[in-house]
Amino acid sequence: MRVLLDLVTIIAVAAGALFIMAGTVGLLRFPDSLSRLHALTKADNLGLGLIVLGLLPQSQSLSAMLKLVAIWLLAQLAGATVTQLVARAIRRDGQPV
Amino acid sequence: MTAATLFGLCGAALVGLGLFGTIVHPQPLRKILAFNVLGSGVFLLFGVIARRGAAAAMGGDPVPQAMVITGIVVAFSATALAIALLLRLSSISGSATLSTDTSARPDGSGGGR
Amino acid sequence: MIAAHVFDAALAVLVLGVAIWTVTAGPAFAAVIGFVAYGLLLALVWVRIAAVDVALTEAAVGSGVTGALLISAAARLRPTEQRAAAEQPGPALRFAAAALAVLVAAGLAALVLFPAEPAPTLAPAAAAHLQALDVGNPVTAVLLAYRSLDTLLEKVVLLLALMGVWSLAPDRFWGGAPKLWPGGQRGGELTLLARLLPPIGIVIGVYILWVGAVAPGGAFQSGAILAAMWLLVMIAGLQKAPEIGQWRLRLILVAGPAVFLAVGLAGFALPNGFLSYPEEYAKPLIIAVEVVLTLSIAAILGLLVAGPPESERQR
Repeated sequence: MRVLLDLVTIIAVAAGALFIMAGTVGLLRFPDSLSRLHALTKADNLGLGLIVLGLLPQSQSLSAMLKLVAIWLLAQLAGATVTQLVARAIRRDGQPV
Repeated sequence: MTAATLFGLCGAALVGLGLFGTIVHPQPLRKILAFNVLGSGVFLLFGVIARRGAAAAMGGDPVPQAMVITGIVVAFSATALAIALLLRLSSISGSATLSTDTSARPDGSGGGR
Repeated sequence: MIAAHVFDAALAVLVLGVAIWTVTAGPAFAAVIGFVAYGLLLALVWVRIAAVDVALTEAAVGSGVTGALLISAAARLRPTEQRAAAEQPGPALRFAAAALAVLVAAGLAALVLFPAEPAPTLAPAAAAHLQALDVGNPVTAVLLAYRSLDTLLEKVVLLLALMGVWSLAPDRFWGGAPKLWPGGQRGGELTLLARLLPPIGIVIGVYILWVGAVAPGGAFQSGAILAAMWLLVMIAGLQKAPEIGQWRLRLILVAGPAVFLAVGLAGFALPNGFLSYPEEYAKPLIIAVEVVLTLSIAAILGLLVAGPPESERQR
């Protein structure tokens, strides 16, 4: 049982890291700011979710699990809002600094 | 090399980096940034000293850690005061430099913009 | 163990890389963003050397609140950047500065590589009285019991910095309200965030204050989170910045140090003198002082980011 949980953790965290790396590659390679934002939000949210999923079997108590999920939800909330604001600034001003 | 020693060397490098940045940059905002990097390097050195003092079932000596917490808050208040001074300087004189420009308009004109 | 060493090495390289970017980046705004990222990575370093309270403080105050202040300053100073950047120092000064920096860094590295043996520590002295204080977190015990004088003085320094920032306003604005950088439009995403996040943030802030007695946390981290929630509400326009002449605001600002000072002066009635706590009442006193302290810290941090008043007082 322990081995199974550890396997889930390894696979999920590795997949999450892969998604975050994909998002970073998008940040570095995409031509303009709006597409970079798109790559970052989609890939990073999914990557963070997978990492949180992978850490759930390792947590010691129910409250620790709930805190991890809360972190993921709050990161999504903040990330979505800030992305919209940055995109609006890009549309209005051309290019952000 | 333990983690503490590694991060201690990192802290020493940060102090050197911050010192270089404070001296070299002409813009006050960049000086303030580099000064903050310098300060955080010093705090990191404190933290390494605290880590080396791990004893009595604690991960680190709590007294330097408490001093660093105090230091971080005081550094923020100093940064806030410095930024307020800088913004006031730029709103009065129209530029954010520390140089005494001989071609500038006569200072001492108290009511800025 | 190898994985831990590899992680530490990678983290140290990352921290140094982002610090170099912060110091050498071209535009000031990019350097400020680099500084915020640097602060968060530094918080990870603090966790690695077993200083979780400091990690929370670095993430909340060192990178969070300082970052907000620096971003708004960089945005306001953007028009002046061109002229200021034109006065680059000559190669002689650069070389001298680099030599000095290398010298200082080498000296500190020598201190790190050849430290005093055995390692000096006050941990056993700190642990000796934790039971009597009924406080589980040794850092909180140091901040509010063993070295409470430092914390009291730090609160006064915060107040003095705030008065310094306020004194930079022109005379006619004294007593008025600071103007926060207007963000977004009414009913936009920022308003949504400012409605959803503060209730959660306040709960988290109060939790960190309460749990600081037994686990990593405490008054400063909690105050920073509460200040951030207040700033979010003000920036989104859901609440106006308070006028600094209001007596209620000034009461909140002063209440923290005043209560702390009163508790300290009451300690004269006890054998140990200033800031000593009676045996049975140590924990309730510490909690009472912490609660009022957190409110004051939140107000002061928020007002330090808001800056000097920029509009006249409405009589």
